[in-house]
Amino acid sequence: MTIYCHEIKQNQKNLWIWTGAVCAMTIICMMLYPQMREQADSVSQMFSQMGGFSSAFGMDQLNIGDALGFFAIECGNVLAIGGVMFAALLGIGMLAKEENLHTAEFLLTHPISRIRVIAEKLAAIYTLLFVFYLANFVTTGISFAAVGETIPWKELFLVHLANLILGLEVSSICFAISAFLKSASAGAGIGIGMLFYFLNLYGNIADEAEWVKYITPFSYADATGIVSEGALDEKMILVGMVYLIVGIFLAFFRYARKDIS
Amino acid sequence: MRTVIQTENLTKTYGKARGITGVNLSVGSGEIYGFMGPNGAGKSTTIRSLLGLIQPTAGNAYIFGKECAKEKTRILEKVGYMPSETVFYKGMKVKEVIALSAKLRRKDCRIQAAELCERLRLDVEKKVEQLSLGNRKKVAIVCAMQHEPGLYIFDEPTSGLDPLIQKEFFDLILERNKQGATFFLSSHVLSEVKKYCTRAAIIREGKVIAEDSVENLIQSNARKVTVSGIKVLPQELQESAKEVKKYGDQIHFLYQGETGRLLRILQTQPLTDILIEEPEMEEIFLHYYQ
Repeated sequence: MTIYCHEIKQNQKNLWIWTGAVCAMTIICMMLYPQMREQADSVSQMFSQMGGFSSAFGMDQLNIGDALGFFAIECGNVLAIGGVMFAALLGIGMLAKEENLHTAEFLLTHPISRIRVIAEKLAAIYTLLFVFYLANFVTTGISFAAVGETIPWKELFLVHLANLILGLEVSSICFAISAFLKSASAGAGIGIGMLFYFLNLYGNIADEAEWVKYITPFSYADATGIVSEGALDEKMILVGMVYLIVGIFLAFFRYARKDIS
Repeated sequence: MRTVIQTENLTKTYGKARGITGVNLSVGSGEIYGFMGPNGAGKSTTIRSLLGLIQPTAGNAYIFGKECAKEKTRILEKVGYMPSETVFYKGMKVKEVIALSAKLRRKDCRIQAAELCERLRLDVEKKVEQLSLGNRKKVAIVCAMQHEPGLYIFDEPTSGLDPLIQKEFFDLILERNKQGATFFLSSHVLSEVKKYCTRAAIIREGKVIAEDSVENLIQSNARKVTVSGIKVLPQELQESAKEVKKYGDQIHFLYQGETGRLLRILQTQPLTDILIEEPEMEEIFLHYYQ
């Protein structure tokens, strides 16, 4: 577990920065809710009549005047985008940094197999993401209480669970990509995360683009869909898990044979 | 003598680019073996193949009788490696890097590490990014030596070390060598190789062009020749004369070949003076390198 502990320690600062930033944005967002509640009827009607824009952000499915609806529409994207960025950066950087920063020669000349390096690094990514989403889950619950609302634990749990799976999938895909690249930058990770996000928006707007939902993991982590249905889209999560497993397999396959220069 | 490192036609190509071609090396137990060559000759590629960092395109490499590509982890338990470029994880203190290296080996090396740090005068409380090249090298030496392996692979170890630490470093090498450890030393510093190595190989353009005892390599039949009285070397010497240089009315060159033939050719020339001597070690190696 040496590499696992080392990576947790190395990424501790990143974890606190990202967790702090996304939690802070959620709190700020939820603090706006009391004002929104007063103008609930007019705002809700306006938001639901914005055509494709409403569909893209799920505003046609929920009432923004309701605390949970407000959270899903306004804070759901903050959590999804923030989480995916953090997951993508962790995934793309975890293996690539060893080559980019020339520490691979130090690490890989110790008596430790590449399979073990990959396994412990992946475990570190998943642990960091778990802590990130757990902290956000608790913070969101507290934010509901702070604005005088009953905490909808079930819905919040489902939204955060879906986002955790989203983070795991994106990090695994980025991890696999970094195993194939000679030099993977943070920009590549952010690019992949944003591509998935905009594909989801496109899928929400255009009926003929239904197929993109099988590509982008945002399709099952969309807070508005989860809150309105009260359940997770198991089929899409299963598709996401397939991508995750394929990503892990490819990372193991490639990195075990990769020439380290 | 047991063979510690053995390579058989070890070849590595990078697409169309040359890496190493048909490298055959044999390093015996207890040797201090020098590995020399100009920049880009293939020294690091050979070392990386031995350490399992890169997969050879053809041929095999063995350390302690185990195939490097297949039993890398077991081999590395008994190997201490010091790369030419020493980079560590930012934000870590020297003592944390040394402890991490020991943990990755699942060994408690605190006593040996403390002794090495003291001898190399290494401040373990400093952060690695604050270290000079020389001090980073010291950290790498401690990481490579603290677990007391049977084989040490050092890639240009002394660059950046001050003379006092260099002396301490070679004292350490000699002590460990006396205890039976084998050293594979890639170096540009010929005096080091002459002073400490028992045998050496010279690699050029990816191929090993000479492998012998350092004594024999130095006592090559190359001769440093200085002649006066002629403006150009005779045609018959053009191929066997290297490093031809003109200074005033003198021509200097390194002659590789039979001395009798050299004398017979020069006898026919209108020479006013001739000097044939053993070349300096640097000149011999320059001859190998080019």
